Amino acid sequence: MTSVFGIPVAVILGQLMLGLVNGSFYAMLSLGLAVIFGLMGVVNFAHGAFYTLGAFAALLGLQLFGINYWVALIVAPLAVGVLGMLIERLLLRRVYGLDPLYGLLLTFGLALVCEGSLNQVFGATGQSYPVPPALEGGLNLGFMFLPLYRAWVIAVSIVVCFSTWYVIERTRLGATLRAAKENAPLLQSFGVNVPLLVAGTFGGGVALAALAGVLASPIVLVNSHMGSSLVVVVFAVVVIGGMGSILGAIVSGLVLGLVEGLTKVLYPEASDIVVFVIMALVLILRPAGLFGRD
Amino acid sequence: MRAVAVVYALLGLFALCVPLLGIYPVFMMQVLCFAMFACAYNLLLGFGRMLSFGHAAFFGAAAYATGWLVTAHAWGPGAAILAGVAVAALLGLVVGALAIRRQGIYFAMITLALAQLVYFVCLEAPFTGGENGLQGVPRGRLLGLLPLKSDLVLYYLVLAVFVAVFLFIRRVVHSPFGQVLKAIRDNEPRAISLGYEINRYKLLAFVLSATLAGLAGSLKALVFGFVTLSDVQQSTSGEVVLMTLLGGTGTFFGPVVGAAVVTTLQQYLSDLVGGWVIAIIGAIFVGCVLSFRRGIVGELAALRLRRPRRPRP
Repeated sequence: MTSVFGIPVAVILGQLMLGLVNGSFYAMLSLGLAVIFGLMGVVNFAHGAFYTLGAFAALLGLQLFGINYWVALIVAPLAVGVLGMLIERLLLRRVYGLDPLYGLLLTFGLALVCEGSLNQVFGATGQSYPVPPALEGGLNLGFMFLPLYRAWVIAVSIVVCFSTWYVIERTRLGATLRAAKENAPLLQSFGVNVPLLVAGTFGGGVALAALAGVLASPIVLVNSHMGSSLVVVVFAVVVIGGMGSILGAIVSGLVLGLVEGLTKVLYPEASDIVVFVIMALVLILRPAGLFGRD
Repeated sequence: MRAVAVVYALLGLFALCVPLLGIYPVFMMQVLCFAMFACAYNLLLGFGRMLSFGHAAFFGAAAYATGWLVTAHAWGPGAAILAGVAVAALLGLVVGALAIRRQGIYFAMITLALAQLVYFVCLEAPFTGGENGLQGVPRGRLLGLLPLKSDLVLYYLVLAVFVAVFLFIRRVVHSPFGQVLKAIRDNEPRAISLGYEINRYKLLAFVLSATLAGLAGSLKALVFGFVTLSDVQQSTSGEVVLMTLLGGTGTFFGPVVGAAVVTTLQQYLSDLVGGWVIAIIGAIFVGCVLSFRRGIVGELAALRLRRPRRPRP
């Protein structure tokens, strides 16, 4: 049993693992989108731009200040999260209460500003970020070769995603957040600082995207459009999973990454479009999305 | 009302005289193609309140179809344009049928994702020239008679088509169909309870919009003589949203103004500031959403309404 359909098992497993790595990014990004949408009702079109910013923060931190990977993993998402909170306070706040389409258009404009500036300053060609020494190399599992860094990405993403789910669905903070969505004035009358909570939510969702960007920087080339191509797939993932559900966002992200990896083995030409085709099928069969509630 | 008629007359006169004024006709054709594109888009966003983020798919697919038929199969421009428009209409039917199953923000995400699918097909398909696109698309002779090689002849053709599209959209919006579309835009549950099959209206609006966007794309392919991936790209979808928003959604002339402003900015700003133009366009977008939601024409119309009427003599 070393090959299935004439394809070596090691190749299949290798592609599945790469798919799971992509799925980890899809999961983290769609989770951030779901958190922001679920609690604020805003679709953050700039989510890909914040992912790109996270990667650039790590890269520039290393080049300018010699900040290593482990510090960047904490500092870059924090910095981007604070930027997100500022954006929420200064700009996004002004479109609350209007048609949600305006939030989408506003964040789309922000994404253009961010990506256009990065492109102009750093050029269109990508720069590479070194894999941290502790995670270089890989393990030979006998049936396949497991690069350590990729295993690390998958592990971090799963831990982060499920902790986020736990915080929102099972803790007091999460209950407060959900209460803010349900009835903000009432919560405010209990003495909770709701505007701060909302800004924090946006900052948190955006920080998740930035964390994904830092995690991705040693695997992909860091460039200004790394986020915009990814975010379209993430939107499709969100349509498939249904944005109302946090767990749905995580699971559909991971599964669709796997499906994409599998397509790369079986029919490589379709690997770029398979997620979109699945989205079309889901829309025909179950328009509210697999985990959708509306 | 009289002032509006005067403005239209002056604009018509200006459009007719463009070649005499020494304005580069290819640039004017570019403006007209994008104005047509934005008007088509406005039919959907302004009158149907459906925010599509994938309209470049129809614009670009029609451009590719026309370009390919003219270049590889030596079709005449008229037939190739019709074929391009048919491709856009068919694509609009498929994308629209899927997208109208959800509303609002989901609608935007679905159209974006499906347009990305079209983009990948254009990137990989054997007849699109991949990264290079289609180069050297000949303009040929319309119906074997009119030599479109001349910029002047093509300019008047594009102008005529544009005027026809503009008037057609006005007609559609003022028709019973357009009234129902606006009723759905303003209050969907009410339209349903009045017994309208809203999905049929939405789908028809989507297909019409896609078809006219395709017409703009086909003409653009002939005007420039090339079709590239940027015609089907996400950024082009974003541009047409900006043109419509900046000019004024739901106004007839707004998209034309928006297209003229954005195209001119891109042309002249890129000489001044180079690649910063994308960031500047993004900033205009943000500014528009924050403080200029009615757009240029919409704000002007609101001003006219607010100004006290002069007493009649």
